[in-house]
Amino acid sequence: MQATKTPVLEAVNISKSYGEKQVLADVSFSAEEGEFVCIVGPSGTGKTTLLRTLSALGTANSGEVRVNGTAITRPPAEVSVVFQDYSRSLMPWMRVGKNIELPLRRYKLSPAERATRVTEALRDVGLEHAKDLYPWEMSGGMQQRAAIARSLAYRPQVLIMDEPFASVDAQTRADLEDLMLDIRARLGVTIVLVTHDIEEAVYLGDKVIVLSGRPASVSATVDVPLGRTRDQISTKSRPDYLELRAKIHAMIMQSPSSVSG
Amino acid sequence: MSSRLARLLVPALLPLILILAWWYASAGGSSIFFPPLSQILERFQELWLFALVPEHVVPSLQSILWGLGISIVLGVGLGVLLGLNGYVATAVNPVLQFLRYLPAVALLPLAIQLIGIGQEMRVTIIVLGALWPILLNTIDGVRGISPGLVDVARSNRLRPFDWIFRVVIPSASPQIFAGIRASLAVSVILMFASELLGASRGIGYFILEAQRQFSLPEMWSGMILLGIIGYALNVVLMAIEYFALAWHRKARI
Repeated sequence: MQATKTPVLEAVNISKSYGEKQVLADVSFSAEEGEFVCIVGPSGTGKTTLLRTLSALGTANSGEVRVNGTAITRPPAEVSVVFQDYSRSLMPWMRVGKNIELPLRRYKLSPAERATRVTEALRDVGLEHAKDLYPWEMSGGMQQRAAIARSLAYRPQVLIMDEPFASVDAQTRADLEDLMLDIRARLGVTIVLVTHDIEEAVYLGDKVIVLSGRPASVSATVDVPLGRTRDQISTKSRPDYLELRAKIHAMIMQSPSSVSG
Repeated sequence: MSSRLARLLVPALLPLILILAWWYASAGGSSIFFPPLSQILERFQELWLFALVPEHVVPSLQSILWGLGISIVLGVGLGVLLGLNGYVATAVNPVLQFLRYLPAVALLPLAIQLIGIGQEMRVTIIVLGALWPILLNTIDGVRGISPGLVDVARSNRLRPFDWIFRVVIPSASPQIFAGIRASLAVSVILMFASELLGASRGIGYFILEAQRQFSLPEMWSGMILLGIIGYALNVVLMAIEYFALAWHRKARI
């Protein structure tokens, strides 16, 4: 809520078309340092396109993405992406420790420093014991934790996550959600999480950006005043949580995108 | 335990039957073209364990190893370059396909003319034939890399070196190995053919000489040796592949 501070990540009037088809129209929002921002919208609203633009993996037709106030044109060191498809995001020919180390190789770190970073990152996600496993020896939840560790190891300011928990079971999903809250609290990293799950967005976010329409634009930015400590059971039974959830649900239902299917 | 034993025995069964059949069929034979197997094996032991190994086996193996080695380095190197530049690969593809189907043995006379009959010529001929399967498979493997991995590499800002050696090549390695296996077979053929035409040492030369001197048991022993060498090289390659691609085998289970 510090309006004077430069946001860590800022999307300014992003528009994107694929040929004739416009996907994003004037999408703007910002994320402050340490903020947990959830972008929620129904499937097919261009969430992935937005994410690719935010991480400079894709380019917008107009508008810009700023990191600490500077427009980016290529993937910046301050931003790391955790992809939805964890099974294709880790290298199956490398053990988990090597996977995490891979992005660190470009930095001038001594082997000892590198090893420390890997160990720390594994500890941050609760995978201390998994350093020497191959990705395919682990469950989906563990693989996604390893992918998160790889992102954390080079200490980005912003973590962008694309439906990161879409393909794990409910219990694992809850664990991973709490892990992300914990990581934000401990490491102070800014998290921008894209999801179609309203419940998840309200549970995790300090702020929920509602994306709707075709082409998609930001139909609302909803603050989530639930405090930074959340709990799967008590938070999710609070009246204000339920109210917010219903409110955002109504916004998405009203939007033309869900009508046109 | 019994199933493991069976797995070892079953593949050995047919070769054993064939050897026995050969043994008895040739035992009393009077044809000088098909000497008794016992005689061939006797000669085999005299010649190849290990009297003539330095003179004839070593140069042949050297040709194969050099030829295959150079083919792997060139094929993987060029294959990665072409595979990462899709348009270039599309542009050169017709030429590659042409060269691939041009039998390298057809280049032998030219190679002998240009390079002479030394080992360089034989290695060159092997490379000219063995390069293509590796090159084409590498291009295929590199182009087939998952777009997800490309995103991961870009967003993690991997160095080009790490991108190529730790992501692209390992990712393409199953296809690369398939190419190397095909190239090995080609290498053995070309080693032999080039020794028939232009050599004074080597297994191919030996077999041809034995035939010319009508030493048919010797000739047969050379042919058996050639088969054993090809088979052994393949076993070595499969063993390397078994370990190098363990991740690939296990990741799919």
